[in-house]
Amino acid sequence: MKKTVLYDAHVALNAKMVDFAGFMMPISYSSITEEHNYVREKAGLFDVSHMGEFYVKGKEAEQFVDYIFTNDVTKMEKGQVLYGMMLYPNGGVVDDLLVYKVKHDFFIMVVNASNIDKDFAWATSQNTFDCLLTNESDLVAEIALQGPLAEKILQPLTDFNLSELQFFTFANMKILWKKVVVSRTGYTGEDGFEIYGDHDTIRTLWNEILDFGKENITPCGLGCRDTLRFEVALPLYGNELTQDITPLEAGYGFAVSLDSGDFIGKDVLVKQKKEKTTRRIVGLELIDKGIIRHGYKVYHEGLLVGEITTGYKSPSTGETVAMAMIDRPYDKLGTNLEVDIRGKMKQAIVRNRKFYEKSYKTK
Amino acid sequence: MSKIVKGLYYTNTHEWVKVENGFAYIGITDYAQESLGEIVFVELPEEDDSVEAGIEFSAIESVKAASDILSPITGIVVVVNDDLEDSPELINEDPYENWIIKVEMEDASELNKLLSAEEYEEICE
Repeated sequence: MKKTVLYDAHVALNAKMVDFAGFMMPISYSSITEEHNYVREKAGLFDVSHMGEFYVKGKEAEQFVDYIFTNDVTKMEKGQVLYGMMLYPNGGVVDDLLVYKVKHDFFIMVVNASNIDKDFAWATSQNTFDCLLTNESDLVAEIALQGPLAEKILQPLTDFNLSELQFFTFANMKILWKKVVVSRTGYTGEDGFEIYGDHDTIRTLWNEILDFGKENITPCGLGCRDTLRFEVALPLYGNELTQDITPLEAGYGFAVSLDSGDFIGKDVLVKQKKEKTTRRIVGLELIDKGIIRHGYKVYHEGLLVGEITTGYKSPSTGETVAMAMIDRPYDKLGTNLEVDIRGKMKQAIVRNRKFYEKSYKTK
Repeated sequence: MSKIVKGLYYTNTHEWVKVENGFAYIGITDYAQESLGEIVFVELPEEDDSVEAGIEFSAIESVKAASDILSPITGIVVVVNDDLEDSPELINEDPYENWIIKVEMEDASELNKLLSAEEYEEICE
């Protein structure tokens, strides 16, 4: 089992630890709901050091990343971050990831912990370009500071004017005199930062940020990371995105650029867009009592029409809701469906899957 | 260290039984509620349902997951704790006060197969 550089810090904070993608990670410190509410109302600090970082360097770095990535890398500015996916030729998703453009011949890919080995093997196998792909995951640690008070907490610790760091951009800066890369990104639907640094730096910053944030911040585990991203309909690989689901079926067309250069899987998506997908991920709200979970089957008058990808009792709204992959035409808003909850059929209705409004800081 | 109440019967799957006036009250232990975390829903059986020793009669949903609750004994449900329908968190607050069902036992000798507080404590260590 792998440990992140913050393992000892988690244990010292009495975290409930679980095995996640081969890492010992905190699921929560106090309670999932309490941590969730902190991020919505104040700020939370997450250890996301388990995420993977690949460097792509060389003359054809841009062409290479553009070829394996669904979004348009060629339009990126230096210092910009772009969200997208790597696809198999059949349009299924290898992984979803962030691409950072450091300069014209240097890009960083940030991938899911559970997919590091698979992604690296896949990307390496596609690299016929004049560039070097390296896996730096073991050297780079990462924490995410998320919530409406994130900027207020971080600003006193750096000379960099954080109000100038726009959403989905990044910069090199010093926090408490330590070199880090900071992007205005996250996985919670709130304003916030993701901070990358070496092991010692991240170990120090974890403690210092929690100290400086005082009552406005709390350490947050993977439990609320999932409820937070779910409420704002961000996908989790393995749930909303898999090798058998295309980005269009999953409803993340914004992460796909079909009117620019070629990328692996593009022709399948072009066809799918023209002909319309046969299924898509929608929101469901349970009318009966119960909780709907990942993997539960969904029916329409007895006919199997889909499956739950993620479900929770939303900590922010208290509603019992889910994202579900539903065959057309049962995906229409207001359609009455049934969910099989451990052998009992419960009534649900199709609704918008944005269960909670994002509050990003944009210009 | 989680709380264990003397005088109750326990299972190794972390349910407890309290016998009062010949009826069995069934709930989950402090250890169980602690490991589940915040409980957001309790799927309750109905009155007159029969329950069987070792078979699930309820499911408790925490934020993260659903867990089956097994009946420690065989019998008929005579009362369901309806408070849990709207306030499932009562189990987190006091797992020994907030029983889930009251059961008319079919065979009280089944109680002898359950664990004592002392035996249960060893399991939780």
